[in-house]
Amino acid sequence: MGTHRFLACALLLGGLLLEASVLAQSSTYGVGRVPSAEEIRAWDISIGPDGAELPPGRGTAKDGAELYVEKGCAACHGKMGREGRAPSLKGTADPKTDTWERGRILPIRSPFATTVWDYINRAMPLNREGTLTADEVYALTAYLLYINDVIPEDAVLDAQSLPKVKMPIGDEYASLPEWKPKTRRLRGYPY
Amino acid sequence: MIKGSKELIAYGDRSRFVTSVRIPHGGRPSPDSFGLVFHVATPLQDSVGVITPSSLHYVATTRGSFLPDIDPQEHRLMIHGMVDRPLTFTMEDLKRLPSVTRLHFIECAGNRSTPRAKNVQESHGMTSCAEWTGVLLSTLLKECGVKGGASWFVAEGAEEVKGASSMPVAKALDDVIVAYGMNGEPVRPQQGFPLRLLVPGFEGIFSTKYVRRIKLVDRYYMNYNDYGHLRQDEKETALGYQVGPKSVITYPSAGQQLPGKGFYEISGLAWSGGGAIRRVEVSTDDGKHWMDAQIKGTAQRMAHTRFGCPWNWDGKETVLLSRCTDELGAVQPTRAQVAKFFNVPLGEVPGLDNTIQPWRIASDGSVLNGHA
Repeated sequence: MGTHRFLACALLLGGLLLEASVLAQSSTYGVGRVPSAEEIRAWDISIGPDGAELPPGRGTAKDGAELYVEKGCAACHGKMGREGRAPSLKGTADPKTDTWERGRILPIRSPFATTVWDYINRAMPLNREGTLTADEVYALTAYLLYINDVIPEDAVLDAQSLPKVKMPIGDEYASLPEWKPKTRRLRGYPY
Repeated sequence: MIKGSKELIAYGDRSRFVTSVRIPHGGRPSPDSFGLVFHVATPLQDSVGVITPSSLHYVATTRGSFLPDIDPQEHRLMIHGMVDRPLTFTMEDLKRLPSVTRLHFIECAGNRSTPRAKNVQESHGMTSCAEWTGVLLSTLLKECGVKGGASWFVAEGAEEVKGASSMPVAKALDDVIVAYGMNGEPVRPQQGFPLRLLVPGFEGIFSTKYVRRIKLVDRYYMNYNDYGHLRQDEKETALGYQVGPKSVITYPSAGQQLPGKGFYEISGLAWSGGGAIRRVEVSTDDGKHWMDAQIKGTAQRMAHTRFGCPWNWDGKETVLLSRCTDELGAVQPTRAQVAKFFNVPLGEVPGLDNTIQPWRIASDGSVLNGHA
């Protein structure tokens, strides 16, 4: 009744009020504030496999090679992406080797290049996280993929091309379980 | 006599005779050479009851972390993505909402006993249990209205590495807590102050600390932590979420010394990601005979459960074992049973290691790791 009247009123007054009436109806406690589009964009840093969250920008392995030294990556990860204090970024095995045998190296084992971009963007350089520009992250991603023979040296990575990069692992990983409450973790496993 | 001081009146301290402490886990120093906190293990050998004091709760971090010093007044939790209404909550907002208080264990996927472990802290110390208070994530999701087709959610922290994991929405709607309280006070900084997710029964990494953002999505998001969960074998992947039934005897355990033959109450902890512990059995003759242990108090779901079992030691060398059964009927296996099931070498355990831990009692009363 009251709701109907309110809805009718809102329809007359236009879309903004309609939005408000929906809020009033379906939120139980009315606690919390609707964030602005800008607030969401600023925090929306998890890059999914389709790259929807990727910002504009571009970079190549050549730019990345310079940044790799300039930004201090080489100091921890080693000049050639190996033998540093920090995790290895370059595989040593022949690229024809089974990907799972090449070690847990992000630019090799990750099924999507977006994960490489995402991790550099959120977590590097150590102690100066969040200081790289989008162009720099594209360039460093390109460099790491290039030194592992995933992309050619002149490939340009941007929001369109990055999600399309074919990673060495392809779809050679097991599918994820469909988790259900109060269910054993693996069907047929008594333990 | 302990001299009174302003500090002790304000915030109490334990006796100077009680010296039990955490230790860096797995051979990696913490803080490490970068100053990062990595893995730190709980002294389970000294534990009594089921609650781990907050100061002794195990710590693990995404890739190693610097602990953020977050002002709770400034902290926000934003929920967005595939929802009808994205919402941002302050800490004050969250404390206005209906709360739950539940006992839950957390266990790190790396909690794996090896022949090198000299005591139960080294073999099992990457699990702890605390009383957690907060708002159910399902309550917050109802406020936002989850859209059809949202099958996963990404939870992300506010620390420098912004640790993030994908989890099934079915779990969010079941029992995930957005926790601000731990053992009767605010969650400690090492545990995610001012706000963390508590994902009952899942591997510890999912219980996102310093949580500031939850995004509802329609696919596994392949974050850095997610890619770490990928496996070649489907069975192994399935074992990488929910923790199996697990127990360990904490007294007597490796590194301890029995003063002589006679009566002892064997004491230990049992837990499972599948729910409550229904039964714990103990063997004092290396598995030839098993007897039911007594469960102390009420077994809570996805919580450490204390068990005890009377034992008269005859002074001869023997091996002590414990095994538990959870509410789903899953039973804690031996390493031999796991090896047989998966057709792998003895000692290989796919997923989080929930196998039975043998403690060898030597005739001089010393206790040793039975895997060694």
